[in-house]
Amino acid sequence: MPSNLPAGHSRRTITMTVNDEQHTVYVEPRRTLLDALREDLGLTGAKKVCDLGQCGACTVIKGNRAIYSCLTLAVECAGQSIQTIEGLAQADPAPGSQLRLHAIQQAFIECDAYQCGYCTPGQIMAIKALLEHNPNPTLDEVKMGVSGNLCRCGAYPNIFRAALRAAELLRTAG
Amino acid sequence: MMKPFDHVDANSAARAAALLGEGNQAAPSRPEDRPVRLIAGGTDLLTVMKDDIVSPQTLVNIKTVPDLDRIQFDVATGLHLGPLVSLTDLEHDTLINDRYTALAQAAHLSASPQLRNMATIGGNLLQQSRCWYYRGPFHCWLKGGDECYAREGENKYHAILDQGQCITVNPSDPAQALIAFDATLHILGPSAQRDLKVEQFFINPTPQRRALNQLDDDELITAITLPTPPPDTHSVYLKMMDRQTWGFALVSVAARITWDGDRIARADIIMGGVAPTPYRATIAEQEITGRSRSDLHSGLADRAAHKAMRDAHPLEHNAYKAPLGAALIKRALLAL
Repeated sequence: MPSNLPAGHSRRTITMTVNDEQHTVYVEPRRTLLDALREDLGLTGAKKVCDLGQCGACTVIKGNRAIYSCLTLAVECAGQSIQTIEGLAQADPAPGSQLRLHAIQQAFIECDAYQCGYCTPGQIMAIKALLEHNPNPTLDEVKMGVSGNLCRCGAYPNIFRAALRAAELLRTAG
Repeated sequence: MMKPFDHVDANSAARAAALLGEGNQAAPSRPEDRPVRLIAGGTDLLTVMKDDIVSPQTLVNIKTVPDLDRIQFDVATGLHLGPLVSLTDLEHDTLINDRYTALAQAAHLSASPQLRNMATIGGNLLQQSRCWYYRGPFHCWLKGGDECYAREGENKYHAILDQGQCITVNPSDPAQALIAFDATLHILGPSAQRDLKVEQFFINPTPQRRALNQLDDDELITAITLPTPPPDTHSVYLKMMDRQTWGFALVSVAARITWDGDRIARADIIMGGVAPTPYRATIAEQEITGRSRSDLHSGLADRAAHKAMRDAHPLEHNAYKAPLGAALIKRALLAL
């Protein structure tokens, strides 16, 4: 490295908000957000499949937009807010109750929107971002919304139905 | 896994240019060997780093430079795009949809939603070749080798026009639309600033400069400006892909017509996917300029489109591109 450049090679500490909680990780600049989530924070919902931004299995929401965490450097997420599949289900206020699934997760179960399930976390996060920007999408808009997420099982028709069903559930939940 | 690198946040474009200038002083013979590179959206850069096609020692992050993601418009001065404007923002901007329609359409058609959220317009113009020999484990001519393997190999996606020693095509979609709107790049280096038309920016790689564009080792794009189109200007971007969404263009066309009443006062027809640079279909432009709308709809669009493809030299696997290009030009013209 040229000596007159600032040194930044070594690991550094960064803090980001993941699913509404502050997390600090100690990472090299080459660490992707995906690896930081999976390896450093133990959040293995986002999947590592192609690792080249082609399959969508690593989709998370950064700020309010769906992104590929495999093509995002963790060091560039300092101070940012990240949502992953693990943050969707919410605690039920009633004592002793289990987590309550998010409407999109509920819709995926209702519509049988997966077979092997490996792409599902990415599909759901892509749909969450879509519905936040467009609460009442058409079928074509849903198709475009998940066009960056591959499903090798070919569960697409049910994924589309689940997204439309989730939109309906979220609208009626108001 | 990527090789280790340093990561520096730049706080100004001048600082980024200075870091590029200091780090790339030795002027590597191959662009791939630049020790210092900028990172913006990262959607192309990290893929070539993961594949060890480039292994920079330092990444200079320019997302920390203020105001580079602005979209501004003024009738007198035209449209100003910061290089960090995301493809998603381009696609959704009302004014761009209205006045620079082909640009918004090209942004929309450029990639998946996630990539459009991350990718920037500046980075989009600087994408590396998608040729599988370039991306794969081949020491191809563009990477400094002796031979273009695509010429006799798998060349389904390669150039049919202006073929040089490398027959890749430029992967950008917005490039065609920007050229149709006469866009200018504002480029900053460590000691000088220069302006370059987008049309001149893209080059056919030469033995001395095996690159797809004219950006030097120590330069960055600081703005893209487009003049205000005259009244009654209409444009469209059509892109044919292997599937309906999210592929690189087999062939694409940005067409822009400025009407003077019933006459075509100015026509710009810029094609993607057919040549190593965005390709201006000059023959078709000349054919239709000055002619009327009814001429266009009674055979002229078809004739102009076919003439535009008459110089094509298809290779073994890409003869489909010539009729596809003609069909897209015709369809684009009839939509305006």
